[in-house]
Amino acid sequence: MSETPLLSVRGLTKYYGARLGCADISFDLHEGEVLAIVGESGSGKSTLLSCLSTELVPSAGEVHYRMRDGMARDLFGLGEAERRLLMRTDWGFVRQNAADGLRMGVSAGGNVGERVMAIGARHYGKIRATASDWLEKVEIETGRIDDTPRGFSGGMRQRLQIARNLATNPRLVLMDEPTSGLDVSVQARLLDLIRQLVRELGLAAIIVTHDLAVARILSHRIMVMRRGRAVESGLTDQVLDDPSDAYTQLLVSSVLAA
Amino acid sequence: MSMNALVRLDHVSKAFTLHLRGGVHLDVVSDVSFSVAPGECVVLGGPSGAGKSSLLKIIYGNYRCDSGHIWINDGAGQVDLARAEPRRIIDLRRTTLAYVSQFLRVIPRIGAQEIVAEAGRESGMDAAVAQARAGELLEMLNVPSRLWHLPPATFSGGEQQRVNIARGLIADRRVLLLDEPTASLDARNRAIVVELIEAKKRAGCAVIGVFHDEDVRDAVATTVLDVTQYAAIAA
Repeated sequence: MSETPLLSVRGLTKYYGARLGCADISFDLHEGEVLAIVGESGSGKSTLLSCLSTELVPSAGEVHYRMRDGMARDLFGLGEAERRLLMRTDWGFVRQNAADGLRMGVSAGGNVGERVMAIGARHYGKIRATASDWLEKVEIETGRIDDTPRGFSGGMRQRLQIARNLATNPRLVLMDEPTSGLDVSVQARLLDLIRQLVRELGLAAIIVTHDLAVARILSHRIMVMRRGRAVESGLTDQVLDDPSDAYTQLLVSSVLAA
Repeated sequence: MSMNALVRLDHVSKAFTLHLRGGVHLDVVSDVSFSVAPGECVVLGGPSGAGKSSLLKIIYGNYRCDSGHIWINDGAGQVDLARAEPRRIIDLRRTTLAYVSQFLRVIPRIGAQEIVAEAGRESGMDAAVAQARAGELLEMLNVPSRLWHLPPATFSGGEQQRVNIARGLIADRRVLLLDEPTASLDARNRAIVVELIEAKKRAGCAVIGVFHDEDVRDAVATTVLDVTQYAAIAA
């Protein structure tokens, strides 16, 4: 149980000028682990996710990632091309708004196929077969493979975004409020799908959510953030059933039967 | 105290601090020490509110342990669950600890048999074996096969409870924590659960349980521990 973590975050801090985004965040993540980052809007959870995805450069701290060759590398020490390749192939990023994570003018099959090509696939028939396979996995009729996501419902778009992100067999997936803004029934279906895929593929995942029920269903561990800081972290059921921090107690007690 | 105990609590204490209630301090249990060897079933007794269920949750790592040690023998060695990092506890739950409460946490869209089989697969069981074993357990527990593919959200309390028992018992775990698993079962189904628990004892499991029904308790207990003795000393 002592092998090198897949992702290791130490003292991650981000200031926007004088304003604090997040401060002194540290955690390790191993393959197969799902970490939920919970907190209300403005708690810094999205800033943290942006730093992890290297979209923002942190003001201080380090993020090490164990590459496929087994070497742990500092994400911010990677060259631009290397970093972008990593993000597109070994990582996935499922965004809250599917339109931000999809190419809306490109067909469903193209959205998935594009990622498969990024890892070297060149044979059209194989790329299309992989895309079709993934559409099936996320429960999109393969007959829709040539349609653009513009005509898709919110739930379908989100499922397509998941297919696009998982098609390269990434080892780490970041998710930003993947189920919010969807109808409850659509949300349940998506949660079930994410849960199943994460388990089957043994992915490591970091899920930002304000919804404790989502965290309960999907995650092994939770980090509770408030005003940019991690106020409590631990096993998901332990933090939700036996919260020790005053703010976590408030969050948990504010939810109807999480 | 036997050296081959699968579970050994060593001066375990737990309190809740309610920050939203002015920092009120609620003692749960204080200075609990006991051990459970393979084939033993320790039944926690005492009136409601004595901390029986809480103690089970502490042993499962669901509630934090404030002080003391909870030694779990996972087959490779002794792990102190009270100090273990989250992924070690998750690993113990996957390999060694099973916890069966009286409530099934329903997951939308997943059918009863799949819920049970999933618990088997998570412990490393082959998918086909888990599926078959799930069916056997549901059948044994008299869950009608027409319900197996349906999500249990609409099942009766007793049916949900039996799905939950099947889920908790499908995998081979050395330590079973049972929190009133028979609370809403009729006599016939209680007898079946007793049989399942006895089989686990014969297989060398250590069982710690809370049972409301006297007939179940008398049938499975090798020791009854009165939890009121662990009431906080300060009280």
